[in-house]
Amino acid sequence: MSNATKPTEIGHNKTGIATSPIGYTRLSALGEGEPTPETSALYSMRLSFSGEADPVGTMPPPMKLKGLAKDMMARMKGEQATVLLDKLGERLAYERTGVRLYDALLVKLAASHTHDPTVTAEALREIRDDELRHAGILASALESLGADPTAVTPCADVIGVQGLGFMAVLTDPKTTLTQCLGTMLSAELADLAAWELLIELTDQLGHAELAASLRECAQEELRHESQVRAWVRTAVLGQADDAADPESSTTH
Amino acid sequence: MALDLLHEKGVPLDRQRFTWRELVGRPISKLNDDAFTRVRVILMNGVESESVAFLHNLARFNADLQKPAGLVRRVDHHQATMINWLMSPDHSPLETTIAYEQVAIEVTAHVALHEPDPYLAQVYRFGLLEDFDHLHAYSALLDRLEGKDSNTILQGYSDVLPGRRTVEEHRSPEDDLRLPYQKMSAHPLSKLNALTILAGEQQTRNYYMNVGPIFSDPVARQLYAEIASIEEQHVTQYESIIDPTETWLEKWLIHEATEVWNYWSCMQSETNTRIRGIWERFLDYELGQLQVAIEQFQRIDGRDAAEVLPEQLPDPIAYESHRKFVRDTLSAEVNLRADGAEFIDVEDGEPERTLEYRNYMNSEGSPSESVRTSYQWQPGTELMQRAIALAEDRRIH
Repeated sequence: MSNATKPTEIGHNKTGIATSPIGYTRLSALGEGEPTPETSALYSMRLSFSGEADPVGTMPPPMKLKGLAKDMMARMKGEQATVLLDKLGERLAYERTGVRLYDALLVKLAASHTHDPTVTAEALREIRDDELRHAGILASALESLGADPTAVTPCADVIGVQGLGFMAVLTDPKTTLTQCLGTMLSAELADLAAWELLIELTDQLGHAELAASLRECAQEELRHESQVRAWVRTAVLGQADDAADPESSTTH
Repeated sequence: MALDLLHEKGVPLDRQRFTWRELVGRPISKLNDDAFTRVRVILMNGVESESVAFLHNLARFNADLQKPAGLVRRVDHHQATMINWLMSPDHSPLETTIAYEQVAIEVTAHVALHEPDPYLAQVYRFGLLEDFDHLHAYSALLDRLEGKDSNTILQGYSDVLPGRRTVEEHRSPEDDLRLPYQKMSAHPLSKLNALTILAGEQQTRNYYMNVGPIFSDPVARQLYAEIASIEEQHVTQYESIIDPTETWLEKWLIHEATEVWNYWSCMQSETNTRIRGIWERFLDYELGQLQVAIEQFQRIDGRDAAEVLPEQLPDPIAYESHRKFVRDTLSAEVNLRADGAEFIDVEDGEPERTLEYRNYMNSEGSPSESVRTSYQWQPGTELMQRAIALAEDRRIH
């Protein structure tokens, strides 16, 4: 299904000065050089806006607490609780978007040809379902802590902005499977680090049971990260081999 | 609060000034501000943009009005800038789209409920059910592309349900033309209503045309192309209900009065005190601009502005949920279609020109249908039910 042209072929890319009509000019001859960032007008303008900015939003009010939630929350001070709820909300948003990223990757796989037998729809679906289950675990955790899992917490909002770039790469028919796997590696690396931090935070606030459940998720995330990293490695190194032997073809 | 349109002087035009820093103030909060604050921001950007477009056209046809139109238009442009820049950048373009459809639903519902002319009220209800369906299609896209719940934007004020299916909304242009109000006999509210909704729809069409191509997803690109086309139809519909025999100066007066009425409405319902300050300031600006239009009207048309403008403004737009009205309209009128300026039941058969146009447009597939196959809005996205079941399953085993 994919176009025969490979992005690694030499074509008509016109973005460099060397291919422009003015030809190559020594950069040092063009101006007085880069200003020191801290003294630039741009720096000052950005800084002045930062000083006045409101946060993206705040935490929603808690739902009515009862039973276990009440006990768990009673052990934390108000702000400790909201830090945890904010980060749980962030992971929930990320995992949900992650499901949609793997949905997009499944389309990409179907439209591509790969010689790596381990990159299969089944393998992608397995990761997708892990992400989906993690979202369920996080939603249940939020509910058990008396929070509304449908609310967008401030960190969930920010992570949503971050995810737009991943989605733009994954859903573009022009991108290759290799490019998308590279993007997913970035997503998985960030995800893994965030899970580790979330577990540390949960432990610190004394929620051993919740931390144990999150640890299981993090183990699965570690597997995703190493799996995707291996796929990217095979694909990129395979392309370099292709270049030596134009008849062969690995992942695009 | 009563407002005397003809005698309130507002802020004189030469004192209506801005700095760049002022134009780019603190945006609203996507999470904390009320959804209707965002609705007002989107609508008022549209109302100002309509004024800018109108005054450009006026200048192109009236050499002697180029200077006063230019002076007023520059302020309008900066008002639009200050308002539009209130949208916080953490809204994805698709989330902003959800908010645009909420504007179309809730403001059109208010207008349909309060429009004194029964034919025009029908026109608004007809358009309302189409925008209502767009919200459902875009909600499916937001869920399935970004993994987000459109209700986080709608805040429970608007339902997410199918309306008149978008795939059925494509009509030949002849069937988007309606009958205009008569300028001499129409109620002043009819004129303000028509221009307000026209401005909102024009802005929506322009927004979709701008953001549609920034999506990578081919389904999203097609959906924006499809719905932008319906918004273009809506612009055709709503501009056709405005009396085309109004003079340029009459139209200018009505534009300024519409802006005054809208800022006055926003001011009364705004819950964010900082944003209410902007509506109050701009109400005073518009009263000043209205004086410029009145002066030109009296100079060129040689008539008293009281012949065109009401002394008192009609009741303000109520920024509130119209859930029941929308549901009632949906159940009573979802099967309405258009035959020229008349509304007919689908059973009566639509004109051949529309059927042929629609069939061809849809002949290679329908984006608005593909995007929401088996979609039903659920709290927290359609994923969550299965997500929780999977989590529960793991806990048990």
